[in-house]
Amino acid sequence: MFEFYTPDFLPILPQVILIATALAILIEGAFTESAGPALIRRFCMGALLAILISALLSLIAFGLGKQVTTFNGMLVQDAYTLFCQMIVLIGSAAALAIGLPGLENQKLNRFEYPALILLATTGMMFMVAANDLISLFIGLELQGLALYVIVALQRDNLATSEAALKYFVLGALATGMYLYGASFVYGYTGSTNFDSINAVFRYGVEGPISLGSMIGLVFILASLAFKLSAVPFHMWTPDVYQGSPTAVTAFLAAAPKIAAAALTIRLLYLPFGFLVDYWQQIIIFISLASMVLGAFAALRQTDLKRLLAYSSISHMGYALLGIASGGAIGVQGALTYITLYMFMTVGTFAVILALRGRGERCVKDIEDLQGISQIHPKMSMMLAIFMFSLAGIPPMAGFFGKLYVFMAAIDAQLYTLAIVGVLSSVVAAFYYLRIIRTMYFETRPETVQATYGDTMVLTTEASFVLVLSVTVTLLFFVYPSLLLNMTQMAVNSLFN
Amino acid sequence: MISIPAIAFYVFSGLMLLSAGLVITSRNTVYSVLFLILAFFNAAGLFVLVNAEFLAMMLVVVYVGAVAVLFLFVVMMLNVNMALPKRDTRSYMLVGSVVGGILLGELFLIVGVWSIAPEAIDLVSAPQNMFGQKGNTHALGQLLYTHYFLAFQGAGVILLVAMVGAIVLTLRQREGVRKQNIHDQIKREAKDCVELVNVPSGQGVDL
Repeated sequence: MFEFYTPDFLPILPQVILIATALAILIEGAFTESAGPALIRRFCMGALLAILISALLSLIAFGLGKQVTTFNGMLVQDAYTLFCQMIVLIGSAAALAIGLPGLENQKLNRFEYPALILLATTGMMFMVAANDLISLFIGLELQGLALYVIVALQRDNLATSEAALKYFVLGALATGMYLYGASFVYGYTGSTNFDSINAVFRYGVEGPISLGSMIGLVFILASLAFKLSAVPFHMWTPDVYQGSPTAVTAFLAAAPKIAAAALTIRLLYLPFGFLVDYWQQIIIFISLASMVLGAFAALRQTDLKRLLAYSSISHMGYALLGIASGGAIGVQGALTYITLYMFMTVGTFAVILALRGRGERCVKDIEDLQGISQIHPKMSMMLAIFMFSLAGIPPMAGFFGKLYVFMAAIDAQLYTLAIVGVLSSVVAAFYYLRIIRTMYFETRPETVQATYGDTMVLTTEASFVLVLSVTVTLLFFVYPSLLLNMTQMAVNSLFN
Repeated sequence: MISIPAIAFYVFSGLMLLSAGLVITSRNTVYSVLFLILAFFNAAGLFVLVNAEFLAMMLVVVYVGAVAVLFLFVVMMLNVNMALPKRDTRSYMLVGSVVGGILLGELFLIVGVWSIAPEAIDLVSAPQNMFGQKGNTHALGQLLYTHYFLAFQGAGVILLVAMVGAIVLTLRQREGVRKQNIHDQIKREAKDCVELVNVPSGQGVDL
């Protein structure tokens, strides 16, 4: 009569730690009379600690290398999930750490900020680990809702409110599209579980698959393209990147993108793995359009964050190039690419957040970097390294990331795509190099003299993040197999 | 002889259609919202008829209790002006009727080629209680707290984020507002606020 069902809770221990810390912060913050900067700083450090502990737990589980499916098949923990969770956790920890000193002057010094960051990170971890359309939706919404609030946190700023509203409305639309697509897939395959959907496509239908599941797949892909900010669903990215406080932009660029890319890979190769021929053309188009638009639209930008937004669009295009190749090599390339991209982005934002002008303003326009090499030689050196890497110039990590992806594309005989990718990366190199030129070969006009970039705020945590990302970017080629072995393990667990 | 469930069905669905029509034809927005609530109640009645009592309760609690009341608040606070300019509606009449006519024709075309699976009719006419002796609330609860535990708890966390977000984005600490703090009031003791001073006669006291 009574059916006892106790799921395996161990795989969600990292998530539970994050949620518990977030709750503790919320309670402590709500019951403290006035949450001053010192307390918020302590909260942020606590959140940082929780994220790092979760990353460590994921690393241990990754080392053990067991595959566990729990919660009635809703969640899976294998090498792929754990690897992506680690990257997401490192990304959000780094973004939190580099944003710390700027919290006060960006009006983000509210105790809810670290709690919301933690909850968004939890959502991303659920997204990556999802093995069911329902748990995927839960993760997607958890991170989405938390991110909308984080973007809107600076509520007295007009630009921020506009960015948050755009992000929220378009995000809600994408959620609707996901649900619509998921209902189609459920209706035509009879299950929301990834393994069952996969089995339906493997054994179920002879000949062409049903139109309904195709429609569902297209809708789901559209909503994921929104989360990835891939063309033609990229419209929100420049506005949101520009409008948000820089610390938040860093978080947006570092963590959710990685989670969305990891999720796209799992979704395409696990439940829809047998529909490669159907989704490949969609991914090829999205990838092509993202690479080209990201390269050309960024050429005329003057705002640094806007430029980085277009740059992120084109980089997602390169990651999708790997996914489009439709095989283990391509997926490994894409995974390596997004990992390296995360380190490069975090490093770039760490430099931008560290540079301060008079009145504690952050660097905003590219012009603000004029002649900065004379004032902060080390910082501009590091920014130059990241720019070279983003442009894909050897021997930086970005070059190898692109190399693996292009190799996979050529391997899959997607020659046109590879050629367009290389050409657009040449175009993109122009604007990365322009930043370097601005820093090194331009002098400041008298009017902006001593307005920007005079002071520098570099905390211990931020400098640690900087050193880490510079090391990864610069010295990746010395020992690439460290990362490649990990991605290999991850991909193997995805494909068996 | 019509059975009682059939009578109930026709009463509920008839009232629902009537009130749904009145929602869009009523000139007063407050009446519209009230008719919407009536439509929700009748829909809940229909759910009870097909043994979906949990869904019926949810419909009443969520839609009537929260959504419709929210609508009512919004309508009353915004004080929507009901006067519609008549001239404008007439000028759109021709184009509107042409587009509407085309849409109606297309709907007829679709209905013409529509075929309903023969099994589907049986399923509609004979709803089954698939949970044995348990009611569907019981069955849903048993599923939610076991197989769908993760989704259930995750939805809880999402609602928490929504709540925190709403508070963060709207709550403002105003300066100079006198609030009653009951804890402070109860904790207040005589020795904290009353000071007994021995005043020597003929001299003042510095306080």
